[in-house]
Amino acid sequence: MTLTEKLLARAAGKARVQPGDNLWVKADVLMTHDVCGPGTIGVFHREFGKDAKVWDRNKVVIIPDHYIFTADSLSNRNVDILRQFVRQQGIPYFYDVIDDPDGSWKFDAAQGNLKRQYGAQYAGVCHTALPAKGHTRPGEVLLGTDSHTCMAGAFNQFATGIGNTDAGFVLGTGKLLLKVPETMRFRLEGRMQPGVMAKDLILHVIGEIGFDGATYRAMQFDGPGVASLSMDDRMTVANMAIEAGGKNAIFPFDARTAEYVDARTRLNGTKSSYEPVEADAGEQFVFEMVVDLDKLEPTVACHPDPGRRKKARELGGMKLDRAYVGSCTGGKTSDFVEFARVLRGRKVVIDTFGVPATPDIVRDLQGTFWSGRTIWQHLLDAGVQMTENAGCAACLGGPVDTFGRINKAGIKCISATNRNFPGRMGNKESEVYLASPATVAASALTGCVTDPRDLLSG
Amino acid sequence: MSASFTGKVFVVGDNIDTDQIIPAQFLNLVPTIAVEYERLGSHAMAGLPTGLYSVPFVKPSALDSEYGILVAGRNFGCGSSREHAPIALGSAGCRVVLAEGFARIFFRNCVSTGELYPCELLSRLCDSVSTGDEATVDLDAATLRLHHTDTVYSFKPLGEVRPVVDAGGLFNYARNSGMIAR
Ligand code: SF4
Repeated sequence: MTLTEKLLARAAGKARVQPGDNLWVKADVLMTHDVCGPGTIGVFHREFGKDAKVWDRNKVVIIPDHYIFTADSLSNRNVDILRQFVRQQGIPYFYDVIDDPDGSWKFDAAQGNLKRQYGAQYAGVCHTALPAKGHTRPGEVLLGTDSHTCMAGAFNQFATGIGNTDAGFVLGTGKLLLKVPETMRFRLEGRMQPGVMAKDLILHVIGEIGFDGATYRAMQFDGPGVASLSMDDRMTVANMAIEAGGKNAIFPFDARTAEYVDARTRLNGTKSSYEPVEADAGEQFVFEMVVDLDKLEPTVACHPDPGRRKKARELGGMKLDRAYVGSCTGGKTSDFVEFARVLRGRKVVIDTFGVPATPDIVRDLQGTFWSGRTIWQHLLDAGVQMTENAGCAACLGGPVDTFGRINKAGIKCISATNRNFPGRMGNKESEVYLASPATVAASALTGCVTDPRDLLSG
Repeated sequence: MSASFTGKVFVVGDNIDTDQIIPAQFLNLVPTIAVEYERLGSHAMAGLPTGLYSVPFVKPSALDSEYGILVAGRNFGCGSSREHAPIALGSAGCRVVLAEGFARIFFRNCVSTGELYPCELLSRLCDSVSTGDEATVDLDAATLRLHHTDTVYSFKPLGEVRPVVDAGGLFNYARNSGMIAR
């Protein structure tokens, strides 16, 4: 069996499964957020009753992150719906925006967008927060009401996105009927060259198989090249499996996985035991491809879908209006470090926005010094508009007052996020080009799509 | 549950993602709140670029669409897992989507909510039908008949998902079939 088949077999209590089998799978964690949580809670109460209790309150994780720093009153209300539910259910893992469990959330637009407006428990973007807060464990099943839930496949677990109705069902029963997907294998060899990042790897793969090349399938990344990828890198790759239509992404377990997960579960006091899955000798794949990491180059996915792959060099000279670094896939500490390495000592020439995925990342960037100045200060010096209000922000457009949102037609934006469908970052007549944080930085410095290696050398 | 639908067709191309089906700025609406469910319908397909789609799916200030049948190309419903997408279409009065291919989560959400019948076409239809054409979809025969040319196109029978949508979604189906308590 493949890694995905083994994970699903275990969660369904079966010795063997094969692609196409429909299984009742037990969830180890159900995650929801402010955009899909209120609807999920609505379904749960409608179907199981007003006073119903969730199947296991220790297995529900609720992370407001999408429409937080906006004056939109319905969005603020949605965070309050989550808080009321948490109170009614006694759910321990709720990463509220505010500290008062009886309070209500209201964004204060008068204070502006840049200064932090959250309390001590707020955790930022759900997919980045889940591992950081100790909720991802090898061998487990994670279901989330968000398509990028597949990011947790980096931790050798089955993780996939589901809708509100399915999530309401899981809240009540702890299980879900899932079909075992066929597995596509991507065998990684070699090591990425300087200036090339995990984002380039996944954009390359999606370009190869197409925007629907993995529909209904699992994407397994293995081979000797995995060892050289950090957990952040693996998360970037797994995150975008959905951009090829994938049901889930999966990485093997190794010492890096263990180190990360052990440190995070210990720090946060979450469940620390887990049992990874290992590959069998007789794995059956529906598709196999070798990716030579040495040969990868800075890559861009052109508007309007993540499969429109071009090398950054091929697009050289294409004028841009805006640059953006942020999101679950591209707003981690390592992403900002690469972004800053390219920008350091230089000035951006187009509007450039930086939104860290989580408050911990804000802290990292404000607490790490390069020649006496923090990374955060280096970014400000370069002219980047940095916000402390970590979250999804303009990655998915959101309400019109969202930081970094594209509110004008005709804007061309290069972005380290994961989607570039029409209107994804705001105005539906604008264009988004996806690239690594290094490529975004190089392009922000020149105002055109630029290969970061042209600036790093020397 | 009625096995056939007659109505006007709305036609879109490949890769219509959930942002185009229901733009992110309307995700502050909660589908299980009745008035917000209605409002979601009024914004269905509002994310289609106007340069490519001059006719809106829902007329300005209307709550419902005049198109009961949607015809699409490849990878319909890709992108986010937002259940708001099939719900917006269902709330606008659309009953069936025929596409060359569906993204997995959207397909599943159509079925779980019981809002829409997601039918997989056997050939590319979005280039040969036009928005506004009258058609009849017959779920039993798995066909779409275009009235003005009297041409019949087949799609894959819905199979095991049909009774779930017929029942009105996952919960009704699970109760009717004894999978969960009534
Ligand atoms: S950062 Fe973007 S892709 Fe990630 S969860 Fe938020 S909206 Fe979705």
